Amino acid sequence: MNEPNHMRRIAIIWFALSVILTPIVVAVIAPTLPPGDATSAADNQLSDDTLLLGIVTPIAVAMIVYFAYTMIVFRRRGEPTEEGPATRDNRAVHIPWLVGTTAIVLFLATFGTVELADAGAGGGEGPEPAFKMTGDVLPVQVIAQQWEFTYRYPTYGGVETAHLELPVDKNVEFHVTSLDVIHSFWAPRLGVKADANPGVDNVAFVKPWQEMSFDIRCSELCGLWHGYMFDTGQVVSESAFEEWIHEQQRTFAPATKFLPKYSTQYFPEPERRAG
Amino acid sequence: MTGTVSARPLWRRLIGFNLLWGIVLGIVGFYFGWWLGHQIHAESLSFFESTNQNDVALMLGYVFALVGFLVGLGFLNYPLSRMRGHRATQAEKEEGGVGRYFTLCTDHKVVGIQYLVGIGFFFFIGGMNAMLIRAELLRPSPQLFGAGNYLTLVGLHGTMMMGIMTSGILGPFANYFLPLMIGARRMAFPRVESLTFWLLMAAGAILMTTLLFGGFPTGWTGYAPLNDEANYGFDSYIFFFALVGLSMTLLGVNMIVTTITMRAPGLTWGRLPIFCWGAISTALLMVLAAPVLIAALLMVAFDRGVQTSFFLSSAGGSPYLFQNLFWFFGHPEVYLLALPGFGIVLELLPVFARKPLWGYRIAVAGIVGVALLSFFVWQHHLFVSGLNSSLRPFYMFSTEAISVPTGLIFLCGMGTLWRAKIRYRVPMLFCLAWFFNFFIGGASGVFLSDVPSDVATHGSFFVMAHFHYTIMGGLVFAFFAAIYYWVPKMFGIALNERLGKIHFWTMFISFNSTFAPLFALGLMGMPRRVVTYPSNLQPLNDWVSVSAFVLGASMLLFLANVVYSLVIVRKPAPANPWDSHSLEWQTPTPVPLENFDRQPVIDSDPYDYGVPPVPVPLPPPAEAPAPG
Amino acid sequence: MGPIWARVTVIGAAVVVLAALIALYVGNLVTEPPTVSATPAAAHEVQLKLKTEPAVGPQGANAPWVSYLVQNPEGKWIHSTIYQVPANSLVHVTVYQFDSDSGLRNPFLSQVQGTVGNTMTVDGKTMQAIPPEEASHTFAAPQMGLIVPLRGVPEEAENPCEEGPCSLKQAHETITFTIRTGKPGRYRWQCFVPCAAGFLAGFGGPMQTIGYMDGFLEVV
Repeated sequence: MNEPNHMRRIAIIWFALSVILTPIVVAVIAPTLPPGDATSAADNQLSDDTLLLGIVTPIAVAMIVYFAYTMIVFRRRGEPTEEGPATRDNRAVHIPWLVGTTAIVLFLATFGTVELADAGAGGGEGPEPAFKMTGDVLPVQVIAQQWEFTYRYPTYGGVETAHLELPVDKNVEFHVTSLDVIHSFWAPRLGVKADANPGVDNVAFVKPWQEMSFDIRCSELCGLWHGYMFDTGQVVSESAFEEWIHEQQRTFAPATKFLPKYSTQYFPEPERRAG
Repeated sequence: MTGTVSARPLWRRLIGFNLLWGIVLGIVGFYFGWWLGHQIHAESLSFFESTNQNDVALMLGYVFALVGFLVGLGFLNYPLSRMRGHRATQAEKEEGGVGRYFTLCTDHKVVGIQYLVGIGFFFFIGGMNAMLIRAELLRPSPQLFGAGNYLTLVGLHGTMMMGIMTSGILGPFANYFLPLMIGARRMAFPRVESLTFWLLMAAGAILMTTLLFGGFPTGWTGYAPLNDEANYGFDSYIFFFALVGLSMTLLGVNMIVTTITMRAPGLTWGRLPIFCWGAISTALLMVLAAPVLIAALLMVAFDRGVQTSFFLSSAGGSPYLFQNLFWFFGHPEVYLLALPGFGIVLELLPVFARKPLWGYRIAVAGIVGVALLSFFVWQHHLFVSGLNSSLRPFYMFSTEAISVPTGLIFLCGMGTLWRAKIRYRVPMLFCLAWFFNFFIGGASGVFLSDVPSDVATHGSFFVMAHFHYTIMGGLVFAFFAAIYYWVPKMFGIALNERLGKIHFWTMFISFNSTFAPLFALGLMGMPRRVVTYPSNLQPLNDWVSVSAFVLGASMLLFLANVVYSLVIVRKPAPANPWDSHSLEWQTPTPVPLENFDRQPVIDSDPYDYGVPPVPVPLPPPAEAPAPG
Repeated sequence: MGPIWARVTVIGAAVVVLAALIALYVGNLVTEPPTVSATPAAAHEVQLKLKTEPAVGPQGANAPWVSYLVQNPEGKWIHSTIYQVPANSLVHVTVYQFDSDSGLRNPFLSQVQGTVGNTMTVDGKTMQAIPPEEASHTFAAPQMGLIVPLRGVPEEAENPCEEGPCSLKQAHETITFTIRTGKPGRYRWQCFVPCAAGFLAGFGGPMQTIGYMDGFLEVV
């Protein structure tokens, strides 16, 4: 029987499908994915997702085409059992495969590091951030407690607020900390996620590019009301922000006088089990 | 299950060292420890009075319950009589009827079946909890269980699956088949082998008792300091994972020693079946990783019980320490769920492709490579925690590097299928589905290893979809492949092929329909372990829940197949239904007590398909006797 | 193995036992405290009377735990934290506070938020905030924007209530405030004061159990 050239067929199908599907995935589907590109950090995350999708799509197509082809073409039914060719190995395949996968991995790690170097891509970086935003930044403290986030603005007299508002087009430096157990401050559209550890100042950077409202959720299991630890924040114009923060200062004046001095970490009483 | 069934009456047979007395002495031991704990009136422990929850009493209760359980099963008989200079007083119950499945039995084949049934039981409970979780998530705010019980369900599901299923393949299949595959008469440490099983059962029972003590709100990760705040139901988590860790360590030592020292003449490392490579690599991870978990849990027990402060930042400790220790165990843990699956899939593929395993050496390199790399990636679980932020590029690279050895496994599978003569029997379907699922799991893992991308998905349903694709799509599919493949050897009866195929297709489709949408839910902002979600996510969540119920129903279909084939019809299977060349299929069914009547000598690896005629080490029996 | 009918019988019995066990398991998990309705006072106005006891005593499963209780429309005190109130109405809440102070972990929560007029009355006196260290509990529903700090009974007060049921003859503070409910929903409420004695940071046990210091406001 004249055996067709299976590998050439697979390669042609793979090439045709990849050429069609990869641009669709990269150019049509990827830009619609969360977290969107409303902030610098979200944009970092989306570019990595787009690149990864661009690389994964042809690989996935290759896998599906190869497995589907072999599973269909080489299938056998009935008795007696037919034996296949006793090929055990082919070194000519190993080396290109190893070189190829290693090259992809090295490329991805490098690209990921480059995006990460853009102010940490919105992730929590601990008290001494390796990658920072320079210039004029607005520090905002996020205080996680069981089970609510509250916020402090140290440059506005250390006022503490129940909700989060940010000015648009301004570098924001979040200082995330916790009063009790581990929480995680996650604002998906903002592209910020930073664990709130008790006694730790976890810094994350973001620059919101457009006015919007965004959801905030706790994304680390923190006890009974973990599922209810959510809130909505706003990105507003610079003037609206100034107006809002001064209103907050007036509204919360009675509580502000009881607040401890602004600090990057707090150890409120009781610290231990107490009788 | 033939053998010398004694003619003594049933009540007489119940007396002795067996499960019944293990349970009775376990309960007695629990109340003794509980009573003892309440006798301690230290000034520093006076806070227990206002909590109504005496952790020390509960922990002592668990300790003495375990001691009582092991005494009742007879684990102390041998060491005690040896210590007194006697020879062993109790003949190990290797022969006898069904009763030996409820005792300390040193026959590795009995232990294998004990494991299969025991793990199946706890897998059922874990799966049922998953159904209840999905039932709750049908609505955007809690309707069934409320916030607290929901978290307990989430914790029970995760902990049960992660703890019990680590032994899901090594327990039943490596214990049963590794000695047969390497031509050994038994495992290296038969009593330890039985101990690993009974420790696991005790652990599972202890975990379920958490419901009597208020449950625990921490999920399977049990992060400090939330674990310190939790109800004393958390003490059952501590004991569960500590016992699982102990069981894993002993199981690992047993596997490693058996594989190294008890291989038949001629079974060089280059001829070792790939399943045994998967088992020994898993065993290596177990021995190196599980003790770290036990140490971490000991510290948690001290923090909770006697007010040390290993994990309290306000008193000089650090919650990061727990995260580090937990994930130093926890990441190898997820690979020791995956690695046996690699072994099973590559072991079964040649049998149904009728070709030798393609690229045996790189398959070994892939398995060992994943095992070694798994110790260098754990901080990717802490990418947004603020710890070691300048090391993130390294962990990003090491995590992505895992895909290189994993890629080798895929290459071997692809090479084996090339120009093969594929037969679609049920085990083969599960193996091929494994490649599909694990590819999705692995590819989504690359997104999670990329730090900027991970910031968007860390701690969300995306992560949950990812690890269910690798663990359920990897381990559980391989687990079912192994069941369908080896049950004819273990019981002399095959599972029904047609029901098996229905089971496979229901499970495969509903599995993907359950977990693929979770990637989208995660990206859209749904964190893990929440009992509420925005109402615009309800259609997708409902879709997932309904798919999950179908997935659960497919498991019931499997149970129905087991009952139908093994209990009702009981049609004897052919001696070697898959025409396998592997050594375990050359023994008679049921396998005799010492496995081989003469020492087999190995002259090739077990993948000499397509090279007829095939030399057979032992002649198969003319007809398999119907057991029972 | 016996004859086929024996095997089928055993399997059937096992299925029945298993189903019963599952029903028991699920039944145990779905139990929660009873839902108590507020007492109607006028059109679109209801009255909700609560009290806090330093130890709930024999009324609850955990006698030493601190807890909220509620008065049902018949005037009986019920050990529950799930309260039903009408939507788009005024809810006049009265809290009889029998517990002593523990102090807030976050002093920000010592200011009243989300009540009508953003104030409360304490023993008849209108207040906007209390010193955080004097707080004994809060009645707070963050998704409704509601936070009301409850002042504790002073240490030196005569005839304090040590264990429930506490009577109004014993030392207590009376806090009243009014909330305006919005659209229907099931809103959680909780205490923010570390009042769970004996637990780490005062936040375990009753602070993480619905029926003691956490519950739901069912707005219908």
